[in-house]
Amino acid sequence: MAADTGSYIKHHLTNAQMCSTDTGIAFNKACENAGFMTLNIDTLLWSIVLGLIFLLTFRSVAKKATTGVPGKLQCAVELIVGFVDSSVKETFHGKNKMIAPLALTIFVWVLLMNAMDWVPVDLIPTIAGVIGGFMGVDSHDVYIKSVPTTDLNMTFALSLGVFFLVIYYSIKVKGFGGFMKELTLQPFNHWAFIPVNFILETVTLLARPLSLALRLFGNLYAGELIFILIATIGLFQLPVHFLWAAFHLLVIPLQAFIFMMLTIVYLSLAHEDH
Amino acid sequence: MNINLTLIGELIAFVVFVMFCMKFVWPPIMAAIEDRQKVIADGLAASERAAKDLELAQDNAKAQLKEAKAQAAEIVDGAKKRETQMIEEAAGKAIAERDKIIASGHAEIESERHRAREELRKQVAVLAVAGAEKILERSIDAAAHSDILDKLVAEL
Repeated sequence: MAADTGSYIKHHLTNAQMCSTDTGIAFNKACENAGFMTLNIDTLLWSIVLGLIFLLTFRSVAKKATTGVPGKLQCAVELIVGFVDSSVKETFHGKNKMIAPLALTIFVWVLLMNAMDWVPVDLIPTIAGVIGGFMGVDSHDVYIKSVPTTDLNMTFALSLGVFFLVIYYSIKVKGFGGFMKELTLQPFNHWAFIPVNFILETVTLLARPLSLALRLFGNLYAGELIFILIATIGLFQLPVHFLWAAFHLLVIPLQAFIFMMLTIVYLSLAHEDH
Repeated sequence: MNINLTLIGELIAFVVFVMFCMKFVWPPIMAAIEDRQKVIADGLAASERAAKDLELAQDNAKAQLKEAKAQAAEIVDGAKKRETQMIEEAAGKAIAERDKIIASGHAEIESERHRAREELRKQVAVLAVAGAEKILERSIDAAAHSDILDKLVAEL
């Protein structure tokens, strides 16, 4: 049982990987030596599908948006858009047409990806295993991890995107000199402290994307891990699973909101001149 | 769990999604929301204006009603005055008519009496002559005694 449990958990926490080798496209075990040139196809698939669900839903509402009495879907979409818009306006006071749509994309996309946590942990891997079985692959060799935000690649992609934007807007608003000044003349405004300041500020700057990515990843990975552990305890998993899923009513939107809010805060800091 | 090419793929997906959202999702939804906010604000302003108008109209109506009541009272007063005046006039006319009728009646009575007296007087003269004739048992020359008779008639 113990070994079974271990391999069960490990199976659930392994991404479906794809790489190209000398003999053509290979999957998972054959990719152990591919290093960086590996694609987590489950993360990519689920994140892009969820992103498309988000964008196409919102786009269909945007196309049919009436200024008159809105439908129920339009009401829901406008609620989310209004919520994001007010969050942006509370924090960010400059003029930037990019930040609000960016915040909306991050919030809804991360929310949807986190929400995959609620899908029972065995459902998607079982379906994938059956499909793999039809395709002539041993179902134990079919890996699928359906929560994209439990993959560091996903969370780092988001946080690095935000990080690049922070650097871009810092330089655009303050100029390269201004940005360098901010990095070297704070917190101690004296030429002798320039190296110390630079180290401190660089760490601060780099800590932002790191903490942003790791916070989201850690919360969701831990949540998913507990879901998998709960799935191994037999019949009692039903009430326990219910409790843990109910708890995630809090965790899932909260993590999406934190990610969005910190993105707005970091970008508004990038726009501020000291 | 290792960082691999997925990171680049997700980064590209992220950029594409954000750009799509920025171009095709955010502006029309925001436009719809802002337009509706404007419509609602206009509606609220219009309703406020309408309420003010209503109050004004009510005040106006009250004032007009008051005026109309005052006018009606005035008209009724005038009518009453006219009535009494007319009654007085009619009464005055009637009295004058009555007086006229009475006066003419008196005049007629007077003239009738006068005529009757003349008649009577003439008849008395005749009767006196006849009586005197009977008393004297003789004819009195009417022509000779006409002066006496006339004196008698005048005395009557």
